[in-house]
Amino acid sequence: MKDLSLHIMDIIQNSVRAKASLVELDINENQKEDLYSITIKDNGCGMSTEILERVCDPFFTTRTTRKVGLGLSLLKQNAEQTGGNMEIWSEEGKGTRLDVCFSLSHIDRPVLGDIAGTMVLLLGANPEMDFIYRHRTEKGEYIFDTKEIKEVLEEVSVSDPNIMQYLKELIKENLNTIII
Amino acid sequence: MAKVKSLADLKRIKEELQSKMDLREKSNNPEGLVQIKVAMATCGIASGAKEVMDFLIDVTAKRGIQAVVTQTGCMGYCYAEPTIEVKLPGKEPIVFGDVDTKKADEIVEKYIKNGELVDGIIPVNYKTIDN
Repeated sequence: MKDLSLHIMDIIQNSVRAKASLVELDINENQKEDLYSITIKDNGCGMSTEILERVCDPFFTTRTTRKVGLGLSLLKQNAEQTGGNMEIWSEEGKGTRLDVCFSLSHIDRPVLGDIAGTMVLLLGANPEMDFIYRHRTEKGEYIFDTKEIKEVLEEVSVSDPNIMQYLKELIKENLNTIII
Repeated sequence: MAKVKSLADLKRIKEELQSKMDLREKSNNPEGLVQIKVAMATCGIASGAKEVMDFLIDVTAKRGIQAVVTQTGCMGYCYAEPTIEVKLPGKEPIVFGDVDTKKADEIVEKYIKNGELVDGIIPVNYKTIDN
């Protein structure tokens, strides 16, 4: 994966498959604590303890189309190689939460990349789902809440290409004010 | 493009767009539209599926093609990612492999616009999958 936004897109695909109706993404940058953390939480079907124990094994997947499941293991490896770690909690019927931390100053920490494009593509492809994206830095906080967006757009679809373009710009403009 | 910094800006843009588009007609008749599914599992994303999906959304809108571009999971063709499934109205879906933006452009111009087949079809007894 080229950057963290692609990892995030990949991990959220699991929430889509788990039939979540709400996915929350929190990104927290803290220079004082040298911390770059990402939390992804969904209200999907969750996982059993047996599956949870093997979820970071690259040769384990619940899919039937192939025999490998690299998404979580790649992210875990990436975090551990750059001074961080990854943890997952899940409960069947309730949902799943993933926390991944990186050292903010680590030279090999992947950049965030096009997070605006990622969030908008996820929303456009899954218009029935809701996403909350919170990004905190020492300069402030931005919250992209798709429930608010849908209220504003009313009957206009979030999948409309023009709307998607404007939503990307909305996220980028607001992130520019808080990202250091 | 007008600047969008707040929900108020978005509301203004929506009202402008609404007067130009007939979105209800599009969403109520998906079978009459070109349906494009981009495989967005780990294999696809790592191979550039996001750029391809961005490109397809942009290019179909700009060229006035009535299409729904959405995502799907891994179709099992990890060796040929990024892969896309294209279903023209009234026809069986076709899967194309190794699709970069150049190939996507060719698929739009030749297959979607003119029904002309192009290289890159994954020739298997393929059945569409929902996930």
